[in-house]
Amino acid sequence: MLTETSRPTEVMRSGHLACPGCGLAMGMRMVLRALGHHAVVVVVPSCAAIVSGPFPNAALDVPLFHSAFEVAAPTAAGISNALKVQGKDDIPVLAFAGDGGTFDIGLQSLSGAADRNEDLIYVCMDNEGYMNTGIQVSSATPRFAWTGTSPTGNTRRKKQIMEIMAAHRIPYAATACVGFPEDLMNKVKRAKEIRGTRFIHLLSPCPTGWKIEEHMSPKVTVAAVETNIFPLFEIYDGTRYEINHESRSLPVERYLSLQGRFRHLTEEQRLETQSEVDQNWKVLNAKASGYAC
Amino acid sequence: MKKFISGNHAVAEAVRLCRTQIVAAYPITPQTPIYEKLSELEAGGELGGIMMRMESEHSAMAACLSASLTGVRTFTATSSQGLALMHEMLHFASGARSSVVMANVNRTLAAPWAFWSDQTDSLSQRDTGWIQIYCEDNQEALDSVIQAFRIAEKVLLPCMVVLEAHYISHFMEPVDVPDQTLVDRFVPPVDIPRRFEVDNPRFSLGVVNQKQYRDFRRLSQEAMELALEVIEDVDKKFARTFGRGYGMVEAVDTEDADLVLVTTATITSTARATLPILREKGFKIGLVKIRVFRPFPTQALRKILDNVSKIAVIERNISLGREGIFCSELKAALANSPVRQQIQGYLAGIGGTDVDPGMIERIVVDAMERKEAMDGPIWMTE
Repeated sequence: MLTETSRPTEVMRSGHLACPGCGLAMGMRMVLRALGHHAVVVVVPSCAAIVSGPFPNAALDVPLFHSAFEVAAPTAAGISNALKVQGKDDIPVLAFAGDGGTFDIGLQSLSGAADRNEDLIYVCMDNEGYMNTGIQVSSATPRFAWTGTSPTGNTRRKKQIMEIMAAHRIPYAATACVGFPEDLMNKVKRAKEIRGTRFIHLLSPCPTGWKIEEHMSPKVTVAAVETNIFPLFEIYDGTRYEINHESRSLPVERYLSLQGRFRHLTEEQRLETQSEVDQNWKVLNAKASGYAC
Repeated sequence: MKKFISGNHAVAEAVRLCRTQIVAAYPITPQTPIYEKLSELEAGGELGGIMMRMESEHSAMAACLSASLTGVRTFTATSSQGLALMHEMLHFASGARSSVVMANVNRTLAAPWAFWSDQTDSLSQRDTGWIQIYCEDNQEALDSVIQAFRIAEKVLLPCMVVLEAHYISHFMEPVDVPDQTLVDRFVPPVDIPRRFEVDNPRFSLGVVNQKQYRDFRRLSQEAMELALEVIEDVDKKFARTFGRGYGMVEAVDTEDADLVLVTTATITSTARATLPILREKGFKIGLVKIRVFRPFPTQALRKILDNVSKIAVIERNISLGREGIFCSELKAALANSPVRQQIQGYLAGIGGTDVDPGMIERIVVDAMERKEAMDGPIWMTE
């Protein structure tokens, strides 16, 4: 446990530009704490880029590059390779991208980097929509959720990004969230020990977009984990699955009811959500028990 | 050493000779032999750097520019659709003040689909903030890539070396591939800012306000103005080292000319060969080759053309709804000339069609007889 006397040096400074209670800012802070100062960070258009601060200020105490929307992975790969050419083989390069920059517009370039097994840590800050542009639907938005461009509820199911990353057989992929900070930071540290493409899918609640109270970000993600909506797990080499938290398998209602974006759901939609979550949980457990190996 | 090689391979040789550290590329016809040759050199341990085999040109430029900002020498090559796909990152590479060098093999843009020489792909990247150099032959392609690294690393703007599909890219001719020691002396180890030093963390490309944006644009424009001097200077030093130079523009027989032809790239060679024949026939004509398109060498062109009354611009590109792009640029550059000038644009070679000496002669005859220039271009056909 963290105490005042053992508080680690923060890489992320106070005075950043996140909204109050932003789960993404909390997540970035934890990731960077585990990453340390000896690293280069890439951000792309997303809340992470705004949080990083406007010129000439910088909220992150590491060399930071704000690249273009769809190229978090190749940007990080370019830096990583250039550092190697310069003989600086020991400096990790980490990219923060949002769910839009990962699931949608940046998927091709992420796939390319993962296919080449570029030496980088890629952290997808998933707030389940285009929150930086003001809450629009992305392919990471859960089914039935309200956004500004899905005013009657999202009709698509959330894309299974972890399965896509696993299909690339990258050495390490993990899910994490701000409600389990030690798990999250341990995963970043584990990722740091591995070379090649490492992927962390970080659930980052957006109080504005999810319509939750400002103090609720960590709690909501705990509910996401305990209802199996967002299980905590790792995938090694794309094949070996490990579930990191024994969930209480609470009904999805315990997660949905915390958020205004699901307020309009019908009973049928709640049941559908439950059965989808149950199915996904079954598949994940089967993979973790070696069925997929 | 003289080698009998294509323009594409000449480019690859230059990239090797400059000890390029990161190459990030993606195949596209007719650029692919550059990518293949560099892969072959890498496999043979002759490249020295890291070859990134990207999944798109857009990502290739992203990797090149971030590697360049890390402080290493970077190169990529593309064509046509690939260049168009890169468009966003071209602005980025320039705005971030990277020193990426790229070869673009001019090829028609779809639609319709085709694979022939046409300059519209690179010319439509005019406003991306890249230095652009247009090559006349294979030797110039090799030499320009060597010069490009020095220019880009001095002014901190990316530089595009442009060669034409097939006429240069695949056409083989004897090329002098200079000694490594000479090139090492001319292009010393890279010394550009390292933007991502862990001991001195900074935020590159944070969001700026209106005034900051304006001021950064102004700095880039000043760098472009400086580039005019740097390009000239690098070319002179190149000539001293390697015994050949090109200038930003080249004038042939312009002093007494009644009519000056203005050309770029391979059409220049044809016009150059046709010039003495037409002079013998009594046409007092001269030739100006524009080699550097951005920054536009306005002063250099005015010095040669200010007092010329008739000018014919012959070019293999079109800005639809206007005319040939070099023609528009030249008209603007000469707007303040002291004499009234008749500047006529001729579209020749569009889509990679052939421009032969006969066509050059027809253009000369037309321009000499013409009493007044048309506002639009004249299409030249077989």
